[in-house]
Amino acid sequence: MSVITFDPTRVPTFQVAAKDLLGDSQLRKNVRHATGVIQNKRAIVVGEMPDWQELRESGRQIKKHTLEHLDYYLEQFERNCTAAGGHVHWARDAADARAIAIDLVRQSGSDEVIKIKSMTTEEIGLNTALEAVGLNAYETDLAELIIQLGHDLPSHIVVPALHKNRQQIREIFMREMNLPNLGEAPQDLAEAARTFLREKFLRVKTGVSGANFLIAETGGVVVTESEGNGRMCLTLPETLITIAGIEKVIPRFQDLEVFLQLLPRSATGERMNPYNSIWTGVHESDGPRAFHVILMDNSRTNVLADEEARQTLYCIRCAACQNVCPVYRQTGGHAYGSVYAGPIGAILTPQLLQLEHGQSLPYASSLCGACYEVCPVKINIPEVLIHLRHKVVEQDTKGIGVLNPENLAMKTMAMIFRSETRFRAAQRLGRMGEAPLVNKEGWVTWLPGLLGGWTQVRDLHSMPKQTFREWFEERGKA
Amino acid sequence: LQVALFITCYNDTLFPETGKAVVRVLERLGHTVVFPAGQTCCGQMHWNTGYQAEALPLLSRFVAQFKDAEAVVVPSSSCVAMMRDHYPMMAEQIGDPGLIAEVAALLPRVWEFSELLTKKLGLEDVGAYFPHRVTYHASCHGLRSLHLGDGPMKLLGSVRGIQLVPLAGLEQCCGFGGTFAIKNAEVSSAMLAEKVQAVLQTQAELCTACDNSCLMHIEGSLHRQRTGVRTLHLAEILAGDAE
Repeated sequence: MSVITFDPTRVPTFQVAAKDLLGDSQLRKNVRHATGVIQNKRAIVVGEMPDWQELRESGRQIKKHTLEHLDYYLEQFERNCTAAGGHVHWARDAADARAIAIDLVRQSGSDEVIKIKSMTTEEIGLNTALEAVGLNAYETDLAELIIQLGHDLPSHIVVPALHKNRQQIREIFMREMNLPNLGEAPQDLAEAARTFLREKFLRVKTGVSGANFLIAETGGVVVTESEGNGRMCLTLPETLITIAGIEKVIPRFQDLEVFLQLLPRSATGERMNPYNSIWTGVHESDGPRAFHVILMDNSRTNVLADEEARQTLYCIRCAACQNVCPVYRQTGGHAYGSVYAGPIGAILTPQLLQLEHGQSLPYASSLCGACYEVCPVKINIPEVLIHLRHKVVEQDTKGIGVLNPENLAMKTMAMIFRSETRFRAAQRLGRMGEAPLVNKEGWVTWLPGLLGGWTQVRDLHSMPKQTFREWFEERGKA
Repeated sequence: LQVALFITCYNDTLFPETGKAVVRVLERLGHTVVFPAGQTCCGQMHWNTGYQAEALPLLSRFVAQFKDAEAVVVPSSSCVAMMRDHYPMMAEQIGDPGLIAEVAALLPRVWEFSELLTKKLGLEDVGAYFPHRVTYHASCHGLRSLHLGDGPMKLLGSVRGIQLVPLAGLEQCCGFGGTFAIKNAEVSSAMLAEKVQAVLQTQAELCTACDNSCLMHIEGSLHRQRTGVRTLHLAEILAGDAE
């Protein structure tokens, strides 16, 4: 089974990728429809919670506190998980995590694994790495299965195949499962997936998962899901390997009270996740014989070190920001060139990749604030976007960068705004300068250079003969 | 009340009629409007694009110009959001204790135009007459940062002769986003297309808002497509009094 992943060294900028995707009318229809449905479901179940704002604040505070004492809680988790019979491994980066995981799979004696939907394993391209050394990974989450069988990339954090509709999914199943007579009713598709997966659940001896939460106080790990396929992967295999970002730790079991309310309502518009699995180490005659958890940094400590961007790590991967984002709604997730798409991806990806490949992402937002409004842990995404834009500007205007046209324009404008006299002069000059561009009806329909983006589809009315301040002064004299 | 008008750089240059309308409405209500001459720009464009160092002096300039004002009125929701959301933090960055205190003292006296009428002056009916079919676009900053709520709709609802039509997808961004419209022109256009479609569905003659930057964006497409639908700042509707 061939696997593809986002290659950060080769993905195009957001602008370039978005331009292509905007031409895909099927994709845009699918994304508009699906995000609309989830958004409405979320609005209903959030609306019925009288203490939603207090819950959001609690979620934020728990995350804030934990991250400020991350070393303490991670070590506490390690102690308690180990005491319960689990094995804890530490991974500095993605390569580390992949190497440890490959080793553990080999040690388990299996050459294949069944996987629970996991963003962390997507982030590190685990399936590609496993395949490269002759180990097969089978995605068992329905949407992930569709992506894997379709040789596609995930476009959404919770619903990775959100950009596909039922007919497209049917075609993938017919082709990849060799089912020429497959019907197109949801039951037909679910039955096909069930038959396909059941054989894997019963055969494969090693499972790989991510984690929604790690509980420091007990050493327990939490996975929430809607299908029950995750529960199969957590209970049937002999060896279970969990890969989790270090920001997934929470202090107490009791804290789940907050997050297990915030997460399902925000993510899928459900009051409660149908399957909430919590396991602690290993137990005789119940569940896997061996349990390993890989705690992965992969740039998270860099994010943590940046005080203004730190809140990015509060994210519980609910994707509410993706569903509500007017930019994501137009382009879908692939434009973001990362498994983390949408507003959270626009702030997380450039930080995980140290801004090198993600420079266009902080600008992939109109700063409308819809993401912040729905975020269950109150990540002020617009603020972090602006902070990251500042870092991009600092990087881009170094050395020869001072000569880039945007920088020159911004510096000139700033110089003008610092003096009322210069501002007046610029207003007069602007009127003269635009004259050749103004048509007979008094409109500008073409602009040069950077400003040309405006006149692609928009006109601009010409500057009035008199500014407001000129009018106000004239009036005072009369 | 003596109200100091911060017209904002783009209204001053591109939308003087909005400023005139603000003056007309406030004077009609018996208030005095003054215009501090040294004002220029709030710094929003620089700040939001990532040019932080360039925005800081504009904060100091604004404070110097308006710190003694009884009340400040700004006919632009995004500029007011810029001040409320960022000025306190920016003053901290500059690190001048005097400036920090001045910002803290000044901000509660800064009002977006519709807010000044509804929240500060407690008005809904400002005695306007405007016999046209109108739809209202809730600009993102007005909606989510200033929490204007139904204030603008109440003002519009009290205008004599007006036929007010609700806009579908009221909470959706029009796709302007300052430099976003240029840096991501294609995505911005796609967002704008949805907004314009919603405006046209209302069969309104005019689309209004509390922010000319959104309106300039919407107008740009309405005009390019020769729809005949115009845009007009809320203040210009409230200034209508040819009864």
